[in-house]
Amino acid sequence: MKFIKYILAGTLFGIVMTKSEAVSWYRIQEMFRFQSFHMYGIIGTAVLLGILAVYLIKKTGARDISGSPIVFQAKDKSYPRYLIGGTIFGLGWALTGACPGPMFVNLGSGYPAMIIVILGALLGTYLYGIIKDRLPH
Amino acid sequence: MINFIIQPWPWYFSGTMIVLIMLILLFFGKSFGFSSNLRTICSIAGAGKRVKFFDFRWKEQVWNLMFLLGSILGGFIASSYLSDDKPLNLSVATISDLKKLGINFDGGLNPQSLFSAQAMTDPGNLAILLIGGLLVGFGSRYAGGCTSGHAISGLSNLQVPSLIAVVGFFLGGMVMTYFIIPLIF
Repeated sequence: MKFIKYILAGTLFGIVMTKSEAVSWYRIQEMFRFQSFHMYGIIGTAVLLGILAVYLIKKTGARDISGSPIVFQAKDKSYPRYLIGGTIFGLGWALTGACPGPMFVNLGSGYPAMIIVILGALLGTYLYGIIKDRLPH
Repeated sequence: MINFIIQPWPWYFSGTMIVLIMLILLFFGKSFGFSSNLRTICSIAGAGKRVKFFDFRWKEQVWNLMFLLGSILGGFIASSYLSDDKPLNLSVATISDLKKLGINFDGGLNPQSLFSAQAMTDPGNLAILLIGGLLVGFGSRYAGGCTSGHAISGLSNLQVPSLIAVVGFFLGGMVMTYFIIPLIF
């Protein structure tokens, strides 16, 4: 029962991603070709409102459902992993039009071949786990 | 109201709803980051026995797997019950660019030529999807997050590492779009 709220939040996420067309391969191509404002509008709105929301949460010391203060974890300070890892991610994002969330959302929207993309992503994650100690971070 | 939901959502409403999802998860005491599910699934499949990176307490991540299940359901609900059958409003320039690559715009969210069940019978296409997925999975774990973890959660918290990751996302995306996609399609 305690997991139902996460299923509902995920369902809302799937609906939002589909209705916003952020799960669209075509929209991602349009974004990387700078031919529409649509995706930039979505990400820009989310980031600006997100910055405001996080600022207010910190300022007011807002608490979560269990009464604990909401905390934000700082990312590790380094450069190579974010730049190299991010670039590899971007190559795959433009090719498949899907980042990890949309792969699954699209499976629900009726694109069965997304299962191959998901298998590839699991394989890539596993590969990273194997060689991570040999990579610059 | 129902008309507003059925039509494609405008960017400002979509962006606001994404922040709402981030806030819902923060309120539940969790953080919004989708790609860690891929690591969790590897662990559940037993990867922790061979590779230390996957030997962690994945049971604490079950909530995120539930979020993942919900997202599949949400995709189904939105496409089956909350959509009209009008073609996606893709820019004319993109339609023309893709046509030159031999990819016809079919009006849906994703090209059937790449993502339908029938597309899975083409070995070349299978390789594209598998390698593309591999890059996403490898890159998101290497960068410590994907679009949700870095572009939304990280940038909202003014994290410089997330900004670098997002620069990388666009660098890689543009190299693929302008230099590699023309070679493979």
